[in-house]
Parts: sequence; structure tokens; C-alpha cells
Amino acid sequence: MTATVEHVANIGRPLRRKEDARLLTGQTQWTDSIKLPGALHMTLVRSPVAHARITSVDKSAAEAMPNVVAVFTAADLGDLNARIPCVWPVTDDIVMPEFPVLAIDEVRHVGDVVAAVLATDAASAEDALEGVHVEYDTLPAVGDLEAALADGASLVHSSAGTNQCYTMNVPNGDYAAAKAASDVVVSRRFIQQRLIPSPMEPRAVAVSPMGTSGELTVWSATQIPHVLRVLLALSTGIPENRLRVIAPDVGGGFGAKLQLYREEILALVLANKLGRPVKWTETRSENMVATHHGRGQIQDIEIAATKDGILKGLKVTLTADMGAYLQIITPGIPLLGMFMYNGIYKMDAYDFSCTAVFTTKTPTDAYRGAGRPESTYAIERIMDELAAELGMDPLGLRRKNWITHEEFPYTTIAGLTYDTGNYEAATARALELFGYDELRAEQKRRRDSGDVVQLGIGVSTFTEMCGLAPSRTLGALKYVAGGWENCTIRVLPLGKVELVTGTSPHGQGHETAWSQIAADVIGVPVEDIEIIHGDTGRAPYGMDTYGSRSLAVGGQAILRAGEKVVEKAKLIAAHQMEANPDDLEFVDGAFRVKGDPERSTTIQAVAFEAFTAHNLPDGMEPTLSGESTVDPADFSFPHGTHLAAIEVDTETGKATVRKYVCVDDVGVQINPMIVEGQVHGGVAQGIGQALYEGAEYDDDGNLLTATLADYLIPSAADLPSFITDQTVTPSTTHPLGTKGVGEAGAIASTPAIINGVVDALRHLGVTDVTMPATPEAVWRTIVAAQSGAQA
Amino acid sequence: MARIAVTVDGTAREADVEPRTLLVHWLRDDLGLVGTPVGCDTSNCGSCTVMIDGRSAKSCSLLAVQADGTQITTIQGAANGEWHPVQVAFKDCHALQCGYCTPGMVVAAIDLLSENPDPSEAEIREGLRGNLCRCTGYHNIVKAVQQASELMKEAAK
Repeated sequence: MTATVEHVANIGRPLRRKEDARLLTGQTQWTDSIKLPGALHMTLVRSPVAHARITSVDKSAAEAMPNVVAVFTAADLGDLNARIPCVWPVTDDIVMPEFPVLAIDEVRHVGDVVAAVLATDAASAEDALEGVHVEYDTLPAVGDLEAALADGASLVHSSAGTNQCYTMNVPNGDYAAAKAASDVVVSRRFIQQRLIPSPMEPRAVAVSPMGTSGELTVWSATQIPHVLRVLLALSTGIPENRLRVIAPDVGGGFGAKLQLYREEILALVLANKLGRPVKWTETRSENMVATHHGRGQIQDIEIAATKDGILKGLKVTLTADMGAYLQIITPGIPLLGMFMYNGIYKMDAYDFSCTAVFTTKTPTDAYRGAGRPESTYAIERIMDELAAELGMDPLGLRRKNWITHEEFPYTTIAGLTYDTGNYEAATARALELFGYDELRAEQKRRRDSGDVVQLGIGVSTFTEMCGLAPSRTLGALKYVAGGWENCTIRVLPLGKVELVTGTSPHGQGHETAWSQIAADVIGVPVEDIEIIHGDTGRAPYGMDTYGSRSLAVGGQAILRAGEKVVEKAKLIAAHQMEANPDDLEFVDGAFRVKGDPERSTTIQAVAFEAFTAHNLPDGMEPTLSGESTVDPADFSFPHGTHLAAIEVDTETGKATVRKYVCVDDVGVQINPMIVEGQVHGGVAQGIGQALYEGAEYDDDGNLLTATLADYLIPSAADLPSFITDQTVTPSTTHPLGTKGVGEAGAIASTPAIINGVVDALRHLGVTDVTMPATPEAVWRTIVAAQSGAQA
Repeated sequence: MARIAVTVDGTAREADVEPRTLLVHWLRDDLGLVGTPVGCDTSNCGSCTVMIDGRSAKSCSLLAVQADGTQITTIQGAANGEWHPVQVAFKDCHALQCGYCTPGMVVAAIDLLSENPDPSEAEIREGLRGNLCRCTGYHNIVKAVQQASELMKEAAK
């Protein structure tokens, strides 16, 4: 496929966003803002304990309360109590326990759902929760991953006979031989703490059974309206052609809204059963236990190298927390990281294994980066540890081992072919912006003087994969869906344009960026293009938005659909002007006969001709539109170099980000303003994991960080401004040369921060610090190191 | 039920409300002013921030009855014919992505600038710490407040 964007007028410009006018004036339609006449409000009776047998449910008091219409338990729902499917059974012998929408006999995490209450108003539905009396016979909580795998451990799912969900080993090359050929072996155990994604908009769902022809309309705060429709049909048995799913304005997702949730199923089946609209809105406190979590892995990492710092091999042994049930792609998250543990480096062998474990905690699933932040953290942290062991500069070690720009395309030890990259250029630019040598000099001064505040420099040279994914690759990985994307571009009779996309934005600015691409391809003004998305009724085909795929895959469909429009329009224009199509050129929306500037017409005029159809070429169908469904040829691999200067107060343990420089290479940029914004937000989330965030449970399985007062997503006062820049190495797997940027910042920044914290304290004997590196955690690490506990 | 009289976005409203009704729920559910969203239930996120008698307040942390006799401005009333300089600057600086925190953030920024017309970066960051954003990393929000400060100083000349 070759791009036919002949005249670039909008691609690459920092156009201000079309979306902003409504968002800045409150003219928004969040799911919770949707009012349906006669709607019943749903609230849920959630388990207050991590693990218990339900011995009785007495709902009579609730049913007698004013405005309460019905209370449903699993027994009441019977066959309507659907099961949530997992669509990524990663191994043949994976244990996939039943995941009923309403708990049957047993609850398995705090927040598990026992009953649904429906009332005529939200307050009455909330009040009625206290009228449902559930007796629990408590069972042991299962929290610690390694204890859960031990013989005799209490079981999360007794019928499974084990807490092990799956185990897998994927050897690449001969690790034992690579290790034997090495002079130095460094091992570390890193803990990827559980994170709570926390989009600012909690989830919500509203269902109306009153569509035309009995259609059920589902509004949901989701990233995946198209996938959701399939999954809702699959799980409830309601035919898919009777379901219309709409994602209206959606307030952030970060993976948390890439899901089929029990509340969505409940609202749908109850609206269908009762013939009345049903609405549910999540409270933030519910969100903390009911919306899936991310990360949650123990990473045992071993790296082997020669004494000159040439990498030989890498061994990765993961223990991954699935939580109590498998959500749609829970088991696959570690696999998304599997391909990336080798990072940007060349090596002879890489051995990956993963054991997945059930616990009595909220299920885990995708959170911004999904597997790649974990892998990037591991490789970038262990590279710093290896550099320290070898007495080398951390960037010097990286330079010795990274793929050089002449070597692309490069097939890595993990089997992926990296399309393009220029790690040298990004690193050089980052060093220039950072003032690396000056900061190293300051670090030495502070060390020499024994300053209370020590300075560390954290390095992260990352890559990641976007454009999930060629459908055949997904099939080979046992993922039960494809990776294509769809676009239709219609030029309407009066020359305005509708662009229908299968991507489903929730903050990414697709309405602006997609307009920029289409404007350049079909030669109309950006403001004449309306982007239609997030509604299976208006945008019937799509695979939605996650994994930095929207531009990487959806962008290709926009380009191809636009090309089809121009191809057809050219034939009509040639017919109208009695010219040979090959003699026409298309510039700025005008078809011109080459060498005869007097003879020209516009694409808008052609659209009107296509509408009236009075004088089209013989056999040509009326209307001017183009549709394309593109399956990506391969992934694309953005990369970058992030550098952090971290000050650590050795008396209080407080780590402060003093300077943060990132140079990202995401290929050709459609809108650099949006790219930069994505990097900022991603870096902030990665800093959140490094320094502030962590879902903490007690031994009884209670979530201790169950409100935003306890779970600390960073505030403005916790973060610095960022120094950002870009290098541009066009992708060769995308006709526009673009890669993807949605997750890059979150993938890159966490190891940069922790490498900086450790670097500040290494002379004190510190070789690691657990995340989040809170003042207490850092202070305890310093104390332990000084007492010799941490060698 | 309690009778309250409140001027909301320039319109005098009188209503009978349940004493337990939160101000934000009255605005959203009874008045239909759904531009002000709810982001949490512990007063941490600030998404529901509105202006009450010229000062910003989290409308989830007040009862509707407590607003009796006040003048309230929500994001839907922040523009007075034309956009407030803070709204202009937020768009120009790309200070919003998903937009869910934006109504509260804009109102909080307006309040911040009314108290301190020329804030430093540190003062902006401190002044907005009660409003959480998960998308932007705050970088462009800080820039937008700085730009709005300049716009307002220009306009005052």
C-alpha cells in the first residue's frame, strides 16, 4: 500500500481540537447524564468480605421499601445470570472458572456482586441496599501469590483444585548456553504493584428497551462499543442485531473501560426482562473494587553478560495476579509484555515463563500499556543494575547493546520484527536537553559533600509495540478476535463530509486528528468533516480504541477509504470534463486536466454530480463514498529516551522529580500538540506508579486504598513540568509512517524514575526500591541498606 | 422537603429539595445542568467544582439547602456571551483531553486567578491540587492558567 496524500496541508499541524468546544462549556453527554423516562436505577449489593460462602440472603426488607421495584439474586435471575467470558485462553490447559454476573453461593473478592436492586430513583435504590441482609460464612482470603501456589493453600475456586490459572514457558535461543558464556549474571526481583486505573469518569451504563423494532440501546462509558455488542450478545443470548451500543462522551479509560462488566450485562438483561429502562452509575468507592485493576506481578529477572558489557541472555520468570476471576483478556496481559522484555537490545537467548494465579482480589486486566510497562520496567531496571555491577555508565551499557539505526528492520530474540528506530538520535537529543554531564557533576558534588539531599539520574531507553495487531498473529496467540479497523468516508451532496470510524475515542482527540488525515486525502477543509464514532448504529464496524491502535490501525483505514473516494471522484470528474482520468491531477480538492488549468472541478462538485446521478459514467453507482477495512501488516514500534533527575531527601525518604526530559519517536505525527499531550499524561501515570500509587490489601483481603483519599493519583502539586521533544523515524508498516503514542509515556517513565531514585542512593548500598517509592518506603530502604540488610 | 432559592447561571431557581440532597445532584438531576460531573464520593477529585458567590466549591460536599440564597455559576454559565479567558486558554494550550475534570478545573482556575492574578507555576500547582486530572499530567493545564493570566491582564489594560 502506498500513500497518495499528494499535498499535505493539515497532517503535522498542531490544530486545536474540535472536541474542546463542547467539553469546555459543559455541553457534554456522559453516560450518567443520559435521562430515560421511567428509568429504574440499579444499585448492587457487594460483598464486604474477600471470600465467603453465602449462607442466606434476605431481601424482604428491601422489597418493602418505598420506590423499590425489584431485588434480584442469582437464584432470582436463574438462566439470565450470564457468565462473563474470557476471550483469551492463552494455553490449552488454562483454568477458566465460571464468572457469574451475580455470585452463586460464594463471593471471591470485596466488591463481588450478590444482588441487584432496582428502584424508581437513585436515592431509593441506594437506601434499599441496607434492606438486603446477606449472611456470610467466611473463607480464608488468598492474597500472597507464592503462598497461593503452595501445597495445601486455601483455594479461590475450590472446584478448580488449584489456584494456578496457567503456566507457560517460551524459550528463545539457548539461555543456559548464553549464561554459561557470560562473565556476569545479575538477578533481581521486581514487584509490579497492583494499580487502579482511575479514569476521572467512573463507569456508567443506561439501557433502553424502547428502540425501534424492539431494539435494545445500551449507552456505556466504554472504550469498546463494538466489541461490547458482540460480548453482550455472546453472554446474554440476546441477538446482536437487536443490540445497539453507544459510547457517548467517555471520560478516560486507560484500559479500565476495555471490558465486559457485570453491570453492563445486568442492566441489559433486567431492562429486557422488565421492559423498562435501567440505569447504573458507579460511585468512585465502587470503582476502586469493581473496575478491574492493572499490573500485579512478581518479576524474577536474570540478565547475563560478558565483562565488557555485551548482553548474552535474559531470563524472565513472572508470577501474575489474575484476581478472583478472569475478565475478558486477563490472562493475556503478561503475554503482551512477553514480546518486549528484551527491549531495544540484542542478545543470544531469552527465556520467558509465567505462572498466573488466582487471588481473592478484584480481577486484573489491561491498564495503560498492558504488559509493556511491566516488561520495560524490568529490562530498564536490570540494565541499570548490570551497569552498576560492571562499573559502566548506564547509557554506555545501553549503547553497546541496542539495535543501531542501520540494522532495521530487526528481528528480535523474542521474534518480533521492529520496523524502524533511531535510538542514537533520540538519546543524543535527550542528553542535550537534559544537561547530563552537568547533572552527573552535581551528583558527584553532593555525594562527596554528604549532602542530605542526594541527586540521581534515571535512564529509560524504551520501545513498545503499537497496532495490535495483524489478525493472524492474534489468532496464533489464541485471542478470540481480529485486529482490523474500519472507516467509511461519505462526501454528502452539498460537499460536507461524514467520516465513520470504528475507533472509539475517550480523550485522544480523534475528531480532530482523523479530520486532519481525511482533509489531506480528499482535499476538503478540516472543519467540513464530521467524525462519527462510538455508536454501533451509526458506525457499524469497528474494533475500538486500546493498545495505541487507533491511529496505527484505524489511520490506515481512513487513508484507504479516502483514496477510494478520490479514485471514484476522479472517474466522475474525468467523465464530466471529457478527459482521460490519467490526464487528471488532484490538488487541494480540485481535479485539473494537466496542462489545461481552465478545465477543473472540485470534489464537492463531483459529490453533487454523484448525488444527482444525471451524468455518471456508464455502469457507475451513484453517491460518493469509500469504505475500507484494513488488517495491519505488522506492529509498529515507537521508542524514545527518557531521563529523570531525582532528588532524594535521605532523612525523610522523599523523592522529588526535579527534571524530566523525554524525546519520543512515534514516527510521523498527525497532530504534534495531541502527541505531546499524550506523552505528558502517560509520563504522569508512570510517575504515579513509581512514586504514589498502589492498591494495598490487608491479610483479610480488604482493599485499604479504597478511595481517592487513600489511593494517590498524582495532583498538580506532585508533578513537575516536562521537557518534551521528538525525533521522527517513519514507520515502514504504516502507509502514513505513523506509529502510536497512547501508552508510550506510561511505559517509559516508571523505570526512569526508579532508576533515578536508586541512582541517588546507590553509594549508600541501595540496589533497589519497591514501588511506590513513598517517603516511608525509601527511608526504610536507606535504613536497611545502611544496616547491611540490602547488599 | 425544604424550600430554597438559588440563582444558577443567571437564572433564579426556587425548589423544594430533600434536606439530604447534595448540591451536585440537585444541579444535575433536578435542574438538568449535567455539565458539572461527579468524579468521586470523598471530595478528592474536584470534578464537580462550581462557583458559589464568587468562590469555588466542590458541589458534592455541600447540601443543596446550604446553597440557599447564593449565586452559583457552573461551567455552563462560565462563558458570558463569549468564552472566559480560562476557557480560551485551555483550548489553546490543549489543557484537556477526555474533558471530565475540565468543568471543575476551569472553575477552580478562574477562582485561583481571581485571588492571585499573576501566579507562579508553584502557586498554580498548589492552587489546583484539589482538582485531579488523569489525562494531561497537568503540564498544559499549568500553561493554560499562565496564558489565561496574561489574557486577563491584557484585557484589564
